Amino acid sequence: MHERPIVYLDTAATSLTPRIVIESMQRYYETYHSNVHRAVYVTAAEATEAYEDARIAVGRFIGAPHPADELIFTHGTTESFNLLAKSWGRANLTASDAVVLTEMEHHANLVPWFQLRDEIGFEIRFIKVTDDFRLDLSNLEELLRGAKLLSVTGMSNVLGTINPIAALATAAHAAGALIAVDGAQSVAHGVTDVAGLDIDFLAFGAHKMLGPTGIGALWVRRSILDAMPPFLGGGGMIADVSLSGFSPAAGIAKYEAGTPPIAEAVGFHTAVHYLTSLGMEDIAAYEHQLTASLLGALATHFPERIRVIGPTTMEMRGSVVSFDVEGVHPHDVAQVLDQFGVCVRPGHHCAKPLMKRFSLAATARASFGPYSNEEDIETLVTALDEAVRLFG
Amino acid sequence: MSNLEDLYREIILDHYRNPRNRGELATPPAHKAEGFNPLCGDEITVYLHVEGDSLVDIKIAGHGCSISQSSASLMTAAVKGKPLEAVRGTIDTFKQLMTVHETSLDAEFDPEPVNLRALGELAALQGVVKFPVRIKCATLAWNTLTQGLNDLP
Ligand SMILES: Cc1ncc(COP(=O)(O)O)c(C=O)c1O
Repeated sequence: MHERPIVYLDTAATSLTPRIVIESMQRYYETYHSNVHRAVYVTAAEATEAYEDARIAVGRFIGAPHPADELIFTHGTTESFNLLAKSWGRANLTASDAVVLTEMEHHANLVPWFQLRDEIGFEIRFIKVTDDFRLDLSNLEELLRGAKLLSVTGMSNVLGTINPIAALATAAHAAGALIAVDGAQSVAHGVTDVAGLDIDFLAFGAHKMLGPTGIGALWVRRSILDAMPPFLGGGGMIADVSLSGFSPAAGIAKYEAGTPPIAEAVGFHTAVHYLTSLGMEDIAAYEHQLTASLLGALATHFPERIRVIGPTTMEMRGSVVSFDVEGVHPHDVAQVLDQFGVCVRPGHHCAKPLMKRFSLAATARASFGPYSNEEDIETLVTALDEAVRLFG
Repeated sequence: MSNLEDLYREIILDHYRNPRNRGELATPPAHKAEGFNPLCGDEITVYLHVEGDSLVDIKIAGHGCSISQSSASLMTAAVKGKPLEAVRGTIDTFKQLMTVHETSLDAEFDPEPVNLRALGELAALQGVVKFPVRIKCATLAWNTLTQGLNDLP
């Protein structure tokens, strides 16, 4: 494709996959691939064990107190939110209730609520975003009054803003609401401790945290989980089926209909193991430094030309940097960068309400992973110079 | 960098920076059609003023990348004041230019079947075909124009 090596700056869309993750899935397929549960032969038992081990490892990674009983595997963050809305939401929300979201949510944490709202008729309220790209918490108490759920992103996939989840959890609980967190971005870039944060739900996916595509999870506080009805129907989620109906399985199985993504669970396990060995605190510190360096480089090289769409101070800020090159459309920016092998993402990043908030149709977005480095930033700056030259 | 320079030829950059026929027309007598590229958020409104069998005036509003904006500008320059039949002919020729032929992505691009001379300045957009994800940008205005023509009373 390119004569130049790839400079991958699109981790916020999906991360690169370490070889050990790929190899662990290959080993699964080559040596013990079989369907989980319901079989007695050895490889099936091994597959079941690997799948359940993955559940425990991924649960521990986010600080789940009872990982074996609380972590539902899904096909990704999007499905996790659909499960949350369609299972917990449908059972707990009525027309007179309210759900609080924010203006900076990904469509995955918007559309399932709109769909359910259209069905049931509850109210959806929004925490606004301030001009300096933070959640406007000035009227939080009012917004939470009478609400049943606050669902908020841990870290914006557009702005890089990290939200004060522990404080939001305290406020939500004080108002009698539960709190769900979109961990799609935050989980990969720092320590997550659902117990310490005192949240009720966490949705996240493997493919932005060095794992494979096709698997994610919804962690649910154990005391809430049992009262949630099943989500999808089919094999695996039942206790009994007859010609007159079915009864759902107890526990986690109730939410996992059909053959689960087994190889992907193995890869997910390897990914969290690898991340843990790197150290989430070290990853956070390293990416913090890269982000500061990129913000500095943009401000130095393109002071008049490039506007960062996100916080330019480093407190509560993650490694996603959206920017606007004055006079050059993000698509054109990305096209020129591509010639340098630089992969950034142009577009609305599945956050159209946020784009509208800042009167933008799109931004270009660079984002880091643990494998990113200062050289990537240098190449990005060189490529941006070319984009500015070409478009004058 | 030659592919890229091809893509952003002077003509394209000129039409991007100094778009022709930008603005709006009063409706009625003009008609308008709206086009949208959900992938990149580009939006375009094409205003058409048709009298008899002729497209007497056309204007473009909206926003988008250099490819969609220059393509829209080049389009207006090519079709303004023309008989409707000629307008449709130009649309067909342009769409043909934007069609990715199986082989054209690997081999040197050879736009043989399209009469480039007939396209005039529009031929500047042929480089887009080498960047398949951008073809939608280039065709946005044209599809919107087609829709506008089809919706004429
Ligand atoms: C904040 C956030 N939430 C949700 C998602 C959806 O993740 P997925 O498409 O993997 O389901 C993404 C990723 O695109 C994201 O960045």
